[in-house]
Amino acid sequence: MSRFDWLPGYLACLRDERVIVRRHDTLQLAPAQSLALDAEDWGGAARAAAACGCRWAGVWADEEADRMTVRACLEYRGDYLVLVTEVSPARPVLASHTPHYPGADRLERHLQDMFGIALLDHPDSRRWTRHRAWPEHVFPLRNNFPLAGQAPRRAPADSDYPFEAVLGSGVYQIPVGPVHAGIIEPGHFRFHAVGEDVLLLEERLGFVHKGIEKLAVGRDPAGLARLAGRVSGDSTVAHGWAACMAMERAAGVDVPPRALALRAVLAERERIANHLGDIGAICNDVAFGFAHMQFSRLREDWQRLNQAVFGHRLLMDRVVPGGVCGDLTHAGRELLQRQLRGLARELDELLPILDDHPSLEDRLAGTGILGQDIARRLGVVGYAGKASGVDYDLRRDHRYAPYDRLEVESPCLTAGDVAARVWIRADEIRHALRLLEQLLEQLPEGPVTAVWPAAPAAGEGLGLVEGWRGEIVSYIRLGADGRVLRFFPRDPSWFSWPALERLIDGNIVADFPVCNKSINASYSGHDL
Amino acid sequence: MLRILDKIRRTGLVTEPAPRDDALEALGLEVRRHIERRLRGSLAIRQVDAGSCNGCELEIHALNNPYHDIERFGVHFVASPRHADALLVTGPVSRHMEHALRRTWLATPAPKFVIAAGSCACDGGEFGVSYASCGAVENVIPVDVKIPGCPPSPLALLQGLLVAIRAD
Repeated sequence: MSRFDWLPGYLACLRDERVIVRRHDTLQLAPAQSLALDAEDWGGAARAAAACGCRWAGVWADEEADRMTVRACLEYRGDYLVLVTEVSPARPVLASHTPHYPGADRLERHLQDMFGIALLDHPDSRRWTRHRAWPEHVFPLRNNFPLAGQAPRRAPADSDYPFEAVLGSGVYQIPVGPVHAGIIEPGHFRFHAVGEDVLLLEERLGFVHKGIEKLAVGRDPAGLARLAGRVSGDSTVAHGWAACMAMERAAGVDVPPRALALRAVLAERERIANHLGDIGAICNDVAFGFAHMQFSRLREDWQRLNQAVFGHRLLMDRVVPGGVCGDLTHAGRELLQRQLRGLARELDELLPILDDHPSLEDRLAGTGILGQDIARRLGVVGYAGKASGVDYDLRRDHRYAPYDRLEVESPCLTAGDVAARVWIRADEIRHALRLLEQLLEQLPEGPVTAVWPAAPAAGEGLGLVEGWRGEIVSYIRLGADGRVLRFFPRDPSWFSWPALERLIDGNIVADFPVCNKSINASYSGHDL
Repeated sequence: MLRILDKIRRTGLVTEPAPRDDALEALGLEVRRHIERRLRGSLAIRQVDAGSCNGCELEIHALNNPYHDIERFGVHFVASPRHADALLVTGPVSRHMEHALRRTWLATPAPKFVIAAGSCACDGGEFGVSYASCGAVENVIPVDVKIPGCPPSPLALLQGLLVAIRAD
């Protein structure tokens, strides 16, 4: 199957919708292709894409001197297509994609809060990212908004956010957060319940909005890579890689093969560390302390070797523009290989215990079911999608380097419950171990960084990486001076947060923690 | 069940033993001594993420893994600020968390102390002060001890706790 062989079909759908498109400069966002269209056709293009079965993967805007560009990203069979349109900065209005893609809801509200773009026919006009740190009708990502803001001395609580109401006798609300009971990130959950049963869960996020998109403006590539590594600390490699990939594509820098292989080593190690921690934590949420202790021990072993071999327990700032920071020594490689074999042995022992433990199965099987249909409509990816029949993995389906020369397997289950999300993670660990074996066995020789051009041409790039949570899309536009003019990292959490609201339906309040942990969406990666 | 018991037996105690030169154990024991003297045997910490990237949370979690097992030194994490002797705050304080952090601090009974953990909490880190961020924790509530690092390692966190108890 050749790439983009489905595109003529989509173009035919667009013609039926009477949408006029110009094939954009196809190389600009390579390997993605772009289609330029008029603002009036924005809604029709999404309707046609939904009819053709494309997955919606994000939307972001960008204000250049006197024009405002909006881009939406679509994916089909591992090919990425970016729709581009222009709106008037004075009166930006666009048709919403949410009626065709429910997963677009919050990203569009983010767009509305940050750029002031009015989205017609959006089913929910409430603010999302904005609380009360800046006033309504002021938009932080517009060029005329200073980074320091026009904030009041103290930001009041967002206490008048209009939550949905469920009426009826016996219905009560449980407000949870933003400060939670455990060691976790802040966010607010509003439960409506009758007795033990959850009728409605509504999330209110945005508490850790740090202005990442605004802070990126004016940074040099090295500074941007540091910032991208802190979009979500647990995905520091994945976000760092996606951002560097975008900058390298924008500046036309070729990354040496050894650096690419080492990036994949880092990314797979990050995947394994997080899955180990999460499997243990999920078991802990249903009071199976044995697994929690065993898996957090394995995670600590893993992090300690990260420190010894790569110099950082979480692998922060190891991915740098043009390559990786520091080479892997021969001795380091042997330590890594030995640990792979050790972990595989431990899992051979531990996973059957988990599989065979009736009280664990009793709590995890059938809990928090996310149906395949909902998962697809929300655009859920990563382990959350794979547990619900969404069989998509960029490493296998988009085949970016160095995965294009490796055998990539990706597990898929259809049960969609917490148990399925545990077993997908277990399978992903095993597949990642095999990938690491291949990567370390066939590590190419050569340099680990490319020279960054002193004066690269202005350009834009799209970074696409399968992080441990799933697909990360990172857009970067560089100016003529080589500095960043626009950075938008789209974490998969944008789609798994709404999934959590759906999968809790019909479950009891007490099962919320384990459902939440099984999804483990990032607050920071979502709030930006 | 037998397999579980067998695995536990064969895993043994991985908790870092206490040789004379072991930094963690020496530190931990010193923390324990201070806690016994000043805090009547236990230090209850309420952790507050005021805007972090979640890297610091991962390392704070690691304090509870079997290698570090911080509870053996008398330190435990509690669910409410009303049960806490100290707040362990991470992240630059986002403006959206400013109010919640201040209220958490007010809800913590005196005498109390505040530890700012991680570079962002110490000085704003990568994020600094902006329309969305108040920067360092001390810009919002009084801070007694700062633990730098991005993120600080479990050992650095333990060391910071020790300094906090001494300074208290």
